[in-house]
Amino acid sequence: MEPLKGLLSTLWKALTDQPDPKAPFLESIPEDYRSLASAVLSVAPILMVFPLLFALTTVLERKGLGRIQNRLGPNRVGPAGFLQFAADGLKTLTKEDVVPRAADRVVHFLAPIALVIPVLLTFAVLPFGRNLAPIDLDAGLLFFFAVSSATELAVFMAGWASRNKYSLLGALRAVAQMVSYEIPLVLAALSVVMITGTLSLSAIAAAQSPTPGSFLAPWYVFTPWGLMGFLLFMIAACAEANRSPFDLPEGESEIIAGYYLEYSGFKFALFFLGEYLGLFASSGLAITLFLGGWNAPFAFMQGWLPSWVWFFAKLATLIAVFIWIRGTLPRVRMDQLMGLAWKFMIPMTLLTLVAAGLWHRLPSAPLRWVACTALLAGAFLVLGRVLMPRTRHGRRVYRYAD
Amino acid sequence: MVPRVILGGGIVKGMIETARNFVGSYTDASRLTTVEYPEQRIPLHANARQFPFLVFDGTDPMAGLRCVACQICEKECPPQCIYIIKDSVKKPDYLGKMQMQPKVFDIDLSVCMSCQICVEVCPFDAIKMDTEFELSNDDRFAGLLVNKHQLAKPNSHFARIHPAEAAEVDGRLAAEKAKAEAKARADAEAKAKAAATSPPPAGNPSSSPPPKS
Amino acid sequence: MEGGFIAMPTDVILWILGGLILISAVMSLALRNLIHCALFLMVCFLGLAGLYLHLNAVFSGLVQALVYVGAVGIILIFAILLTEGGGTETGSHLGSQWRTGIGLAVLLAFALLGAVSNSPQTTQAARHTEEPTVREIGLKLMTDYLLPLQTIGLLLTAAAIGAVVLAMQEPKPRKDETP
Repeated sequence: MEPLKGLLSTLWKALTDQPDPKAPFLESIPEDYRSLASAVLSVAPILMVFPLLFALTTVLERKGLGRIQNRLGPNRVGPAGFLQFAADGLKTLTKEDVVPRAADRVVHFLAPIALVIPVLLTFAVLPFGRNLAPIDLDAGLLFFFAVSSATELAVFMAGWASRNKYSLLGALRAVAQMVSYEIPLVLAALSVVMITGTLSLSAIAAAQSPTPGSFLAPWYVFTPWGLMGFLLFMIAACAEANRSPFDLPEGESEIIAGYYLEYSGFKFALFFLGEYLGLFASSGLAITLFLGGWNAPFAFMQGWLPSWVWFFAKLATLIAVFIWIRGTLPRVRMDQLMGLAWKFMIPMTLLTLVAAGLWHRLPSAPLRWVACTALLAGAFLVLGRVLMPRTRHGRRVYRYAD
Repeated sequence: MVPRVILGGGIVKGMIETARNFVGSYTDASRLTTVEYPEQRIPLHANARQFPFLVFDGTDPMAGLRCVACQICEKECPPQCIYIIKDSVKKPDYLGKMQMQPKVFDIDLSVCMSCQICVEVCPFDAIKMDTEFELSNDDRFAGLLVNKHQLAKPNSHFARIHPAEAAEVDGRLAAEKAKAEAKARADAEAKAKAAATSPPPAGNPSSSPPPKS
Repeated sequence: MEGGFIAMPTDVILWILGGLILISAVMSLALRNLIHCALFLMVCFLGLAGLYLHLNAVFSGLVQALVYVGAVGIILIFAILLTEGGGTETGSHLGSQWRTGIGLAVLLAFALLGAVSNSPQTTQAARHTEEPTVREIGLKLMTDYLLPLQTIGLLLTAAAIGAVVLAMQEPKPRKDETP
C-alpha cells in the first residue's frame, strides 16, 4: 500500500511543479531498489507520453492535411475518427513481416531498433517542466546532438541492408541531408549557448524565466538573433526529421519510399515512430533553446498553469506548424536542398552567431537591437537576393546521360 | 509575375492560402465537396449502367422472363461472359406465342465490361443494364457467376431505374401486343366470315405473324 | 551521472564495455563485408564512448559519439560505397604482411601497458581528482589552449577547402561540343 501511496504522491508532485517529485515513491520502497526505481520513474513517462503523442499526431496530421485540402480526413474509426491510430497500430502489428531474400537479415532487423533507441535517448535531457528533466546533464545539449547523430547510421543501415537500389538511394539522400543540416542545426543552437554560457538544457530553460517585475518573458526568440536562430533551427530540424518539404529521402514519386521501402508491418511502424519522435525531440529542443522551455510567455502568467503544460502547449503548436508546412510546401529538389543548406543556412547561422556575440558585448541599449537587427536583416536580404535566385534557364546539359 | 522581393515571401503566401483553406473548411460547408459515400449518395446519371439483368413481366420471374434464349447476346458479347443453354420446354411469351426459354443463363461478373452490347442487340428487350454497383462478393468463384434467378428482375425495376427507356419499351411492346391482338381478332372475324360464306381453303395463309422487333 | 542507476559493481560494467569494444574491434577487422566492418567499428566507437561516460569523462564520451559515430563513420561508409566496396566480399582478409602487423600490435600493446602502469595517475592515489566539467574544458580551450585550437581549426578548414577544390575539378562541357 505504501508504494502505491508514494507513487500517487510522486505523480501529484510531478504534475504540480513541486521540487524533487521522485522522493515520496523512492522513500516508500526498500533501499536496494531505489536507484532502479528512480530510472524507471524517469523512463516510463517518456515511453508512455511520447508514443501516445505520436499516435494522436498521426490522426491530427491526417485530419489537418485533409482540412487544408478541403477534405474531412479520417472520420470512420471511433468518435470523429480519433481512434484511427488504434486501427493503424493493430494493422501494423498483425501485418506480415516481409524481409527480402537478398537482404542482409541481421542489419535489416537491427536498423529500426537502431533508429528508435537514440531518438528515445534524446528525450532524456529535455526539461519538460520546472523539475521534470529526466537527467540534468551538465552537457545536455552535447548529449542531444551526440545521440541524435547515431540516427544517420540507422538510416544508412536500413537502406543498405534492404539490397534495393531505391532504398540505398533514399538512404544516401537521407544521410547527405542529415549531415548537411546538422551543421546549421548545431550552429543555431550554439548562439544560445554563447549567451547562456552553459550546455545544460535545464539551465538554459531556467535562464529564460521571467523576472518578477518584467512583463514579457526573456525568451530568446524575442531577440533578433534568437528569432533568426529559431527560424534557422526549425528549418534545419525539419530537414533533420526528413519532413516535408525536405522529405526527398522517401520521395514516393521517384524512389517509392526510400530507405524504408523494404520494411513492412511493425518494423515500418518503428521507422514511422522514430521519425515522429525525432520531430518531437527537435521541437522540444527548439522550445528549450528559444521558446523559453517550460516558462510562460508573460511574467504574470507564470503561476497560472503547471510548467509542463506550457511546454506541451508549445510542443503542440510547433507540431501544428510542421503539419501546416507539410500541407503547404512541395518537395524540394536535391540540388535546392543542398544549396539551401550550404549557401544560405550555414552563412546565416554563422552571422547569427556573430549577432549573438554583438548582443552579448554591446551595452543593454537600443543600440544592440538596431545593430543585430540590421546585421541579420541585411544579411537575409542580401543572401536571399544574390544567392538564391541564381537560376539560369539555359540549355540543359546532361553530364552523365550521354 | 510577382518579383520575389524577400526570400520566403512565397512561402508565407502559400501558408496563408492553406490556412484559409483550413479555416474555410470549418466555416463554409460548400468547400467540403467530398460525398460521404455509404451515408450520402449522389443521384445516379440517367444513363448509368453497371451490369445486365433479365427483365420479366408479371410476378413469376421464370415464367415471365422475356428472354427466348436466342443466344444473340452470347454471340455478340465482346468478352464472352454470357453462357446460355436452351431449355427443351417452351413457354408462351407476352403475345401468348410459344417461345424457347433459357435453361441456364449465366453472366460472369468478373469478365463483364459493362459495354451494353447485349442490350443493343437483344431483339426482345429481354436484357437491360442495371444501375446496381455494390456488387462485391466474398466468394470469388461462384459468387461472381450470376445465374438467371439472380439476374431476373421485374419490369417495374426497369421502370424505376430507367423511366424514359422503360416507358418507350413498354409502349412499343403494348402497341405490338395490341396490333397482334387486333390482327388476331381481324383474322378470326375474317375466318368466321369466310366460314359463313364459303368452305375453308385447304391451307391457312393467315397465321399470326412473327412479332416484329 | 554518479555511479550507475543499477546497483552493479563498477567492474562488471567495465568488463562488459571492454568485451564489447574488443569483440567489435576484432570483428571490424575479421569480417569480409566492408560495410559490416564499418558497422562493427561504429559499435566499437560507441563502446568507447560508453567507457568514457562510465569513467565520468562526459565531454570526451559525448564528443567521441558525436565525432566518430556521427561524422567519421558516415564518411567511412560514403568512402566504401563510392569506391564500390559496398556489398562486395573482398578476398582473403589476411594481407601479406599480417605477421608484421600482429608483431607491431603486440609491441604497441606492451608499450601502452608499460606507459599506463608507470604513470603517476595509476600509481598514486590521484584517482579522485576533480573531474573536469564541460565548462572548465571550454574555458581551458578558450584561454590556455587557444592557439593550438585555432591552428587545428585552420588546418581542418584548409583541408576541407582543399578537398572541395579537388572534387570540384570536373571537365566542363565545352560550348562547341554537341551533346
